[in-house]
Amino acid sequence: MPKVIVEVMPKEVLLDPAGKATARALQRFGDGEITDVRIGKRFEITIDGEVTPKLLEHINEVAKDVLSNDVIEDVISIRVAD
Amino acid sequence: MRVGVITFPGSLDDRDALRAIKLAGGDPVSLWHGDHDLHGVDAIVLPGGFSYGDYLRCGAIAAHSPIMSAVVDAANKGMPVLGICNGFQTLVEAHLLAGGLIRNDHGTFIRRDQKLRVENVDTVWTSGYTQGQEITIPLKNGEGGFIADDETLKQLEGDGLVAFRYLEVNPNGSLNDIAGLRNARGNVVGLMPHPEHAVEPGFGPDTPAAMSSGTDGLAMFQSVLAATVLS
Repeated sequence: MPKVIVEVMPKEVLLDPAGKATARALQRFGDGEITDVRIGKRFEITIDGEVTPKLLEHINEVAKDVLSNDVIEDVISIRVAD
Repeated sequence: MRVGVITFPGSLDDRDALRAIKLAGGDPVSLWHGDHDLHGVDAIVLPGGFSYGDYLRCGAIAAHSPIMSAVVDAANKGMPVLGICNGFQTLVEAHLLAGGLIRNDHGTFIRRDQKLRVENVDTVWTSGYTQGQEITIPLKNGEGGFIADDETLKQLEGDGLVAFRYLEVNPNGSLNDIAGLRNARGNVVGLMPHPEHAVEPGFGPDTPAAMSSGTDGLAMFQSVLAATVLS
C-alpha cells in the first residue's frame, strides 16, 4: 500500500531544547564539526488505495490542522514514498 | 452550580480539580473524553496531566477528542472553561486561547511553588482576586514555555489578555513571563501553574504563617461559582 510522508519541524526562530541537548551530546564526538541539531517529526501515513490529488489535499489539511501546530511548527514536506 | 472536569487518558489532576470545586462550594461532575455531550454542566475544567502520553504535541490529541467539539461550542457561547497545565495546552491546541507552549528552555521538568501576579480580574475565573494580587500556587511541567509571534504578543498585551504572570522567577522561558491567558470574552482562562493544588490548608504551598497552608488557588474556583453564566 502506498505511503505518504509528512515532515514537520519546529520553527527556525524557536528554541529547540531537545535539539540543543542532542547537539551538546554529539559535540562530545568528532572535532567540533557539528554545531547545531534540530529535531523534527516524520509521519508515515499508509493509504488504502490510490493517492489521488484529492487525498493529498486532505492530507495537506490534516498536516496543517492536526500533525503540526503552526504557532510552533512548519510542515516542510508532504510527498508520496517511492 | 455544576462544574464538569474532563478526564482524558493520562489526566493526572482530575480528582484534585473535582475536590477543589467541592471545597469552593460547587457540585463537581466527572466528564469523559469519549462523550459527545457535557451532561448539562455550567462550567468546565480541563485538568493537568499527560493526556495521550503527550504524543504528537502536549494537548494536541486531547484537543481533537470527541468531547472537545462540545467544549469548543460551549466556550464560544460563553460557558466558563478553565484549562490547567495540560488543560491550558489543550485550550491552545483547540485555538480557544492564543500562542503555543513548548519545552522548558532549560530542558528539564520543573516543580516549584510559584509566585504569580493576577494581571486581569475581568474574567469568570479571576474575579475573586484583586487586580495585581500576588499569589503562590504549585507549578509542575516539562513543556510550559509560552510563545507567540510578535504581533500576537502585542495583541495579548494590548488587549489585556494576559491573566497571570510569573513573578521573581521565570521557570520555563515563557515570553513576557506569561503564566496564563484569558480570551477576549473572559470566559476562557488557561494557566500552567496548578490552582487546584492550593485549595486546602495542610496540602498547599508553604506560607510565612505555616507549612503547606497556602490556599491561593481556591479563589479561582470560587470566582466561577460567583459568576452568572454569560450568555
